[in-house]
Amino acid sequence: MDLHWLSIDEASRRLDAREISSRELTKAVLDRIEAVDGRVGAYLSLAAESALESADAADKRRSDGERGSLLGIPVALKDVLSKRGLPTTCGSRMLESYVPPYDATVVELLDRAGAVVLGKTNMDEFAMGSSTENSAYHPTHNPWDLERVPGGSSGGSAAAVAAGEATFALGSDTGGSIRQPAALCGVVGMKPTYGRVSRFGLVAFASSLDQIGPFTRTVRDTATVLNAICGHDKRDSTSAPVDVPDFTVGLDRGVQGLRIGVPREYMPSSLDAGVRAKVEAALSAFESQGAIIERDVPLPSTEAALAVYYIIAPSEASANLARYDGVKYGFSYTQGKTMWENMEMTRGQGFGAEVKRRIMIGTYALSSGYYDAYYLKAQKVRTVIRNEFDAAFEKYDVLVSPVTPTPAFKIGEKANDPYAMYLNDVFTLPVNIAGLPGISVPAGLVDGLPVGLQVIGKPFDEEAVLRVASAFEAASGWQDQHPPL
Amino acid sequence: MKLEREAVTHIARLARVHLTDDEIDTYAGQLGDIIGHFDVLDGVNTDGIEPTTQALMLRNVMADDVAGPSLPRDVVLDLAPTTEDGYLRVRAVLE
Repeated sequence: MDLHWLSIDEASRRLDAREISSRELTKAVLDRIEAVDGRVGAYLSLAAESALESADAADKRRSDGERGSLLGIPVALKDVLSKRGLPTTCGSRMLESYVPPYDATVVELLDRAGAVVLGKTNMDEFAMGSSTENSAYHPTHNPWDLERVPGGSSGGSAAAVAAGEATFALGSDTGGSIRQPAALCGVVGMKPTYGRVSRFGLVAFASSLDQIGPFTRTVRDTATVLNAICGHDKRDSTSAPVDVPDFTVGLDRGVQGLRIGVPREYMPSSLDAGVRAKVEAALSAFESQGAIIERDVPLPSTEAALAVYYIIAPSEASANLARYDGVKYGFSYTQGKTMWENMEMTRGQGFGAEVKRRIMIGTYALSSGYYDAYYLKAQKVRTVIRNEFDAAFEKYDVLVSPVTPTPAFKIGEKANDPYAMYLNDVFTLPVNIAGLPGISVPAGLVDGLPVGLQVIGKPFDEEAVLRVASAFEAASGWQDQHPPL
Repeated sequence: MKLEREAVTHIARLARVHLTDDEIDTYAGQLGDIIGHFDVLDGVNTDGIEPTTQALMLRNVMADDVAGPSLPRDVVLDLAPTTEDGYLRVRAVLE
């Protein structure tokens, strides 16, 4: 098999056996990027030279006797994660020239584990979007059909892993930004429980919803990456002071006797027939493996979740993005006569259309006279949504559903209809609202395009999510399929 | 629903974002459309329900009161567009 298609698990086995070096593996992935990224557009910036230096350092550590699942493994970082010395644009003109002077906690942890950073991947500006078309730089193309979107906002990370341009990648998920592109690109993508992974050094979008997570080509690899990046961090006061298990241990336990619920509202009559068929096939597979399947699990406030999300996320964003004032760092308009004129022009010119749209929605929802009707009401409905999930998890170990209502759509198809774009995340964003762990695992192709199966777990029960995803993956045999690039 | 142009410019001013005339027209329609969908919340009974600020519901996480290293002043100032004598420089705030 070409080195660029190796899983983390297989690559580290070969590295340990001295069959390959990290330099060879890294070079193979860089060559793959050179060969296909002109068509895919997964990366915003590459760090080839420092990647090869890191690979050599990893090879040295290994020859000194060190072992580690990520030692010498090439990784791509969504361009919302700070790495000292590398540009961190967030897909925005606002941060075109910004180079962070410090590392995100996850970057520090990957560095300690010896992972090799290849570069930074494309994204919707400030992680706002579902197609990666909102990048200020260029769109990313779905490796399965270059005329279609890879999903978003972490579309570059998903496409990179799908196209063999990285062995794994990190992204961030505020309303589905890991799971949705993972589904549309046919890779595994997981949003851990809110608080599992430190957000220190993740450029903030919506702080009560944002969570960092991995893209990989197998469920086992996702567990391996979680082992490296999860854990309490005093630099993120919302990171959870809870123990982190070894997520790889229970992967092969199967689903015998597990209670799997299917939320009624996540299988609407409007669901794409091909997507529905893949979810039904998954349910049959679980049933034949001894799981207890219960359909029609009620989550009645699902319909309100989209509104809750599109009030809370933009409200938090409008506060978080107030920091871009042209004074401290980033793009700065300096031709104005007053400080206010400079600030307003900096923000008017530095932000793209969707970012301004969301700042405006959030500012409106928080403004005097509307706060109670929108923001406070949304926070109360958020409690109702959490309570409904809590009730479901009293009866079921996990919930499963489609990740998206349809497979990948054409680039440009929804660009002028923001609300139609928002509907892409209708099955993923309730999971962020409730702070739950969720994974997208490849469920097969519909007319040549990948779709995903979502598995949702109780807070801090990533193990059940991974166990169910792993059982499905073993039954589906998907992980050996690659896009015909 | 379409927002009035005056409402859009008011919000833009609160958000300190300059909008062109074309943008004001576009957002008047799009924001009105999006905000119109928020009415679905009226159908959810929230009597006696407490708001959720974040799912973990952690409160008042305290750090030890110990000074640690911070970024060097020159490294931070190097990121800024205009500085003077070790300070960030902006146009006059009060006229």
